Amino acid sequence: MEHASIVVLAKAFAIAIGGMGPALAIGRLVAKALESIGRNPEAAGKVFVPMLLGAAFAEAIAIYALVVVFTLK
Amino acid sequence: MIKSCGVDILGMHIPTLAPEILFYILNIPVTNTIVNAWIAIIIFLIIGILIKRRLSLRPGKLQNFFEFIIETLLEYFDQVTGDRKNTLRFLPLVGSVFFFILLSNWLGLIPGTGSVKLGHVFILRPANTDLNLTVAMALTAVVASHVYGLMTVGILTHLNKFIQIGTLIKSLRHGPIAIFTAAVEMVVGVIEIISEAAKVLSLSFRLFGNIFAGEVLMTVMTSLVALFVPTPFMMLEVLVGLIQASVFAMLTLVYLTMATAQPHGEESH
Repeated sequence: MEHASIVVLAKAFAIAIGGMGPALAIGRLVAKALESIGRNPEAAGKVFVPMLLGAAFAEAIAIYALVVVFTLK
Repeated sequence: MIKSCGVDILGMHIPTLAPEILFYILNIPVTNTIVNAWIAIIIFLIIGILIKRRLSLRPGKLQNFFEFIIETLLEYFDQVTGDRKNTLRFLPLVGSVFFFILLSNWLGLIPGTGSVKLGHVFILRPANTDLNLTVAMALTAVVASHVYGLMTVGILTHLNKFIQIGTLIKSLRHGPIAIFTAAVEMVVGVIEIISEAAKVLSLSFRLFGNIFAGEVLMTVMTSLVALFVPTPFMMLEVLVGLIQASVFAMLTLVYLTMATAQPHGEESH
């Protein structure tokens, strides 16, 4: 394989594998948040902001993968 | 910068990473993302002037609407800062960041974005698909958090969060275990400096990545089937625009709150 096609493959795998972890994390996070809202619907407002922040931090990992994709040449 | 006019695949015009240059004013390139950003700014200017002119204790429809939005925002901000005084202190920065990102995201969904051309380049492109803008906002947010931190807790206390010499000197009086803990904390402080850079990186790339991906998605969908098929994706983009704006604002607020909080361990154990 020549260099260009290896780079394309590397980019694809970087974001695919790098996106997998955060996807699982956010799924779990939201599932737990929904569960707690289901148990105590009045807590919906209070759960929302911490959930959003947690999701943002989990998502940051995917962003590092995205940065790697952009920097691969 | 990369100078190109987009990639054409199967008749689709996929937007490039770098915004496209429309024209030059005194050798300063004016890109299509700048146009969109200024549209948002002018809309805010008009709304601001309209509200300012008819400001009264008995609010009219417009004033009532925006007071409602601000009050909702304040309630959410209170959850992060835990104090209405701090919320009001950070509102000018965080609130304007929130509204600007929200409006410029939603402006990107108006028909005409990515379809109206001037010469060879599109006139409109969502402002946040420009990495320059998102990095600028992220840098402002993180630098502002340090400025507020310096002003609130004092220069030495704030710097001691990163280069923990003060903690080390204090620990000398408490025996070897305290010195060991202080040495570990010093290393953690150095890692903390790296995490400041990571804050800028993740803040800017999160916004850029989400909005850029949305724009590419819209382009692909509209060029596959022009009718009805893009509608659910449009709905998704409306949601993404709101969520990304609130995530950016909330994270900025968290950074500001963390920087202005008294560091733990200051009080006597």
